[in-house]
Amino acid sequence: MMDYSKILNKTVTEMKPSGIRKFFDIAATMEDVISLGVGEPDFQTPWEVRKAGITSLERGKTKYTSNRGLDELRNEISKYMKRKCNISYNPSSEVLVTVGGSEAIDAAIRAIVSYGDEVIIPQPSYVCYEPITELAGGKPVIIETKAEDDFKLTKKQLADAITDKTKVLILPYPCNPTGAVMERKDLEDIAEVLDGTNIMVISDEIYSELTFTESGHISPASIDGMFERTITVNGFSKAFSMTGWRLGYACGPEEIMSQITKIHQYAIMCAPTTSQYAATWALKHCDGDVSHMRNEYNRRRRLITKGFNDIGLTCREPLGAFYAFPSIECTGMSSDEFCEKLLSEYRVAVVPGNAFGKGGEGFFRASYCYSTEHILEAIDRIDRFIKKHKE
Amino acid sequence: MDTQLLKLLAKNARYSNKDLATMLNVSEEEIKAKIKDYEKKGIICGYKAVIDWDKLDGSMVSAIIELKVVPKAGLGFEDVAQQISYFKQVESVYLMSGAYDLIVIVKGKTLQDVARFVARELATMDSVTSTATHFVMRRYKELDVEFVIGEKDGRGQLFI
Repeated sequence: MMDYSKILNKTVTEMKPSGIRKFFDIAATMEDVISLGVGEPDFQTPWEVRKAGITSLERGKTKYTSNRGLDELRNEISKYMKRKCNISYNPSSEVLVTVGGSEAIDAAIRAIVSYGDEVIIPQPSYVCYEPITELAGGKPVIIETKAEDDFKLTKKQLADAITDKTKVLILPYPCNPTGAVMERKDLEDIAEVLDGTNIMVISDEIYSELTFTESGHISPASIDGMFERTITVNGFSKAFSMTGWRLGYACGPEEIMSQITKIHQYAIMCAPTTSQYAATWALKHCDGDVSHMRNEYNRRRRLITKGFNDIGLTCREPLGAFYAFPSIECTGMSSDEFCEKLLSEYRVAVVPGNAFGKGGEGFFRASYCYSTEHILEAIDRIDRFIKKHKE
Repeated sequence: MDTQLLKLLAKNARYSNKDLATMLNVSEEEIKAKIKDYEKKGIICGYKAVIDWDKLDGSMVSAIIELKVVPKAGLGFEDVAQQISYFKQVESVYLMSGAYDLIVIVKGKTLQDVARFVARELATMDSVTSTATHFVMRRYKELDVEFVIGEKDGRGQLFI
């Protein structure tokens, strides 16, 4: 008999499965559930991008690419970074094409973090940074960003969290689930704190195209003094509605990227070839599709934010990504209780805020990757739910 | 805001002024005034539900009829197009480029109804020289609305 408890890696067995999952397993068994749970665009991948993938298959482009990714794609990524973020990356040495932004985050953390190193993670945020850090032997240091700071990472919070063991700061902006973005001034503050330290920044900018501020997305690496210490992670899932294609990239200084590339080379070899051809087309021709989708998200964003505020749930304006993060303080319920009751009584599925870290308690995440009609119906049900429980 | 408001109404005429105002980031009064103005100018010509009649008993049939027409001196096709528009059986009339002149979409209770209408009313008009009738067998999409039940939302296999 095998004793699996003895052979498994303890870091893995002690890892909690993502808290987002359990609700949807319940929701899946119910009839007439209306969900604001999915963190995935409802738009199809633009047809021309799909066609570019199909054409590459027809032409027999079905072999491995180089480890770093197709030359043409890396060139386009480099141009895109210049065009959108005003950062110059050398396509042959500073750009790596990965299997989604996720692989880029994993490889970047693994390349830097050794046993006992500290990784600063602002929360509420996407759920992968903590477990990946632990797998690499690192120690997650959580900063709980506050609603009154618009869930931004503040200068003081960062300065207080830094120790001589700090190796990495994760910057997950625009932020899933809070919708927070860091504006130029905020990033300059961060740069000031980091100045003179030997701390690297991994900036997860997967939602960069979905930024609704006047100045648009600001990349940390574009701030003075930050280029040399920043790994910029981005990808095609959100901006181009290409989640299933599994394609992302990491950009950074050559000294770091050459090491990350070794991990990628041994663990993955290369990102999917078909996806790389499709993505090359997307970067060349799809700025229009991206802005069309952004406008549509923006309308829904205004609708859902006002909707929540109108029914008494305080909801700050989310300035990025495609989530609203309303407070449920007025209901007196915990996040789990609110979400469980809302699902069982009014059949609306949303994600409890504490799934994204302790600091998310008292909030829930509502995705607006849904049609306007769907969003209005969900808000109407939540309204009835709240009224019922106020009585 | 102009075409944006029209596009939203074309998608769903039942959005409330309040929701339209929120979506377009303007005031409700502004939306109200704009819509009134569009109606007055005849830019918005009406509001209708898109109905899949096939889902009801005693459903409708419709046909697309190509007409060749001799235009009248001084009036062109306007006169005959207008006359055709008067029939309550006629849903749409379009002047076309190409092999024929007018396309008429006709609806009726039965195939015979429509055939009779074409034979008695359209084919007998002075300026109409020929008709070709195509019956609609099944509707998949009308006015941007898909009638075929689309694929289920396949998302939610993975939660992030």
